[in-house]
Amino acid sequence: MLKMNKTGWVTLIGMAALAILPPLLLLNGQAFYMDLATRLVILAIAAVSLNLILGFGGLVSFGHAAFIGLGAYAVGIPAYHSMWGGFDLIASSNGLLHLALAVGVSALFALITGAISLRTKGVYFIMITMAFGQMAFFLFQSLEAYNGDDGLTIDLRSELPFLNLDEPMQLYALSYGSLVLVMLLVRMIVNSRFGVVLQGSKGNAERMVTLGYNPYVYRLTAYVISGAICGYAGFLLGNFTTFISPDMMHWTRSGELMFMVILGGVSTMFGPVLGASIFILLEEVLSSFTTYWHLPFGLMLIGVVLFIRGGLMGLFKGKGE
Amino acid sequence: MTKLPLLQVAALRKSFGGVVATDDVHLDVNKGELHAIIGPNGAGKTTLISQLSGALMPDKGSISLDGVDITSAPAYKRARLGITRSFQITSLVMEMSVLDNVALAVQARKGSSFRFIKPARKIAEIRDEAMTYVRKLGLRKRAHEPTSALSHGEHRQMEIAIALASEAELMLLDEPMAGLGPEESRLLTDFLLELKGSRSILLIEHDMDAVFALADRISVLVYGRIIATGTPDEIRANSDVRHAYLGEE
Repeated sequence: MLKMNKTGWVTLIGMAALAILPPLLLLNGQAFYMDLATRLVILAIAAVSLNLILGFGGLVSFGHAAFIGLGAYAVGIPAYHSMWGGFDLIASSNGLLHLALAVGVSALFALITGAISLRTKGVYFIMITMAFGQMAFFLFQSLEAYNGDDGLTIDLRSELPFLNLDEPMQLYALSYGSLVLVMLLVRMIVNSRFGVVLQGSKGNAERMVTLGYNPYVYRLTAYVISGAICGYAGFLLGNFTTFISPDMMHWTRSGELMFMVILGGVSTMFGPVLGASIFILLEEVLSSFTTYWHLPFGLMLIGVVLFIRGGLMGLFKGKGE
Repeated sequence: MTKLPLLQVAALRKSFGGVVATDDVHLDVNKGELHAIIGPNGAGKTTLISQLSGALMPDKGSISLDGVDITSAPAYKRARLGITRSFQITSLVMEMSVLDNVALAVQARKGSSFRFIKPARKIAEIRDEAMTYVRKLGLRKRAHEPTSALSHGEHRQMEIAIALASEAELMLLDEPMAGLGPEESRLLTDFLLELKGSRSILLIEHDMDAVFALADRISVLVYGRIIATGTPDEIRANSDVRHAYLGEE
């Protein structure tokens, strides 16, 4: 305990605050803050998943919001059919089915798009992942059956054993617990033998090839894991908002996820969570002053990138860390 | 010499536009041999090594390792078959520690790296073995420092430590002495002398003292062609070589 460094303390305090404050506020009748915190925690899961490939894999994916959308539609589409009939195969309000669909479809989408995207590098990778994200966006925009552009209202939340997602407290508990598990999962992966090869490939792919590793398969695997986790975040988000639209997949949403990761600090465990927290809070505060809140926000991000090495988590890093 | 050479290169050719960088190269490296390639700047030495390691694909010709044709095998497969290379321009994972870099080479031959649970840095079997190579190259004190903090000379030593740790049968060393001071060069030469015989080595080097002290055989590469191959004494006596390369006054 005494050996814990500054970053460790920041992580612990931050996670404790997220565990305690929102439920307390809800108990005091501040449902609004609970809503805010739920959205924050869910987006933090997505940001943590992006960090696996962006921070530890060096892969700047600009299409990550597509996975959120896929995960959300994996809740919305079966719920829609169980309400209005049709598509018997998946028409159901069974949360475990939604969950399996969200994770499965996202992983499959990641496998297919990743297999192609990862053949490119640098700027081309950024562009092609963005193109695939936009493809998903336009696909759902054109699906008239699910109201296309206008979006889909989810009348029934996923039904899970032991949990009632209609209860804000329970939904939050699930989201927060998921965030903790996902953070531990990502930490386990990056420290594993797989993880060091992934990070080695980020630092020097040529060297890794010389040692007998094929960076492509490691990157693709990480991409699929990341996509699947992000799809899970989408499953939670669909249940939270109960309204989903293609807008969730738009490239600007992917950009926001990148903001969160970079602002908080890439290749750190808590960075994406910190980034998501600041993003959500600032969005709330700044947009109450002006509709043009993106401007001060953008300036701030530029400031962080220019002056603080390693994002906000970089502030807490000691020498030699 | 009835034994099959470990590495056999036949009629290798590679051109970039109009420039023929590798021109009908025949070359072999026997088991346990240290075969050096010398030649003036721009003779195509690094291009040749890159084709052997798989970083570049030849236009024509064939490469085989231990009788297995590897001409079109991708670089990572060749590494698994037992070829490793060091780089003329240091190529390391700068953000990782010295020990981490070497450990990656050990890990590569300890079965699949598709393992997600155990922390890689806590696997004693890998770490301890990596440490022996770090120690061997005199980098014990710097083992846990980020690679970026080390000097050029130490980076060169790391390149060798990694090549050793990969336990490849064939080591392609691309100017391992580049940028080293005389003292460091001498230490590395001694080290390679000690290593000689236990590994097969194809060495590219500009330091002639080192080459003539180390090599069993030397090939002279000029404008992409091998103009002579022989023992150090034969090469020293070869008038073509003197004319083309050694700068006979």
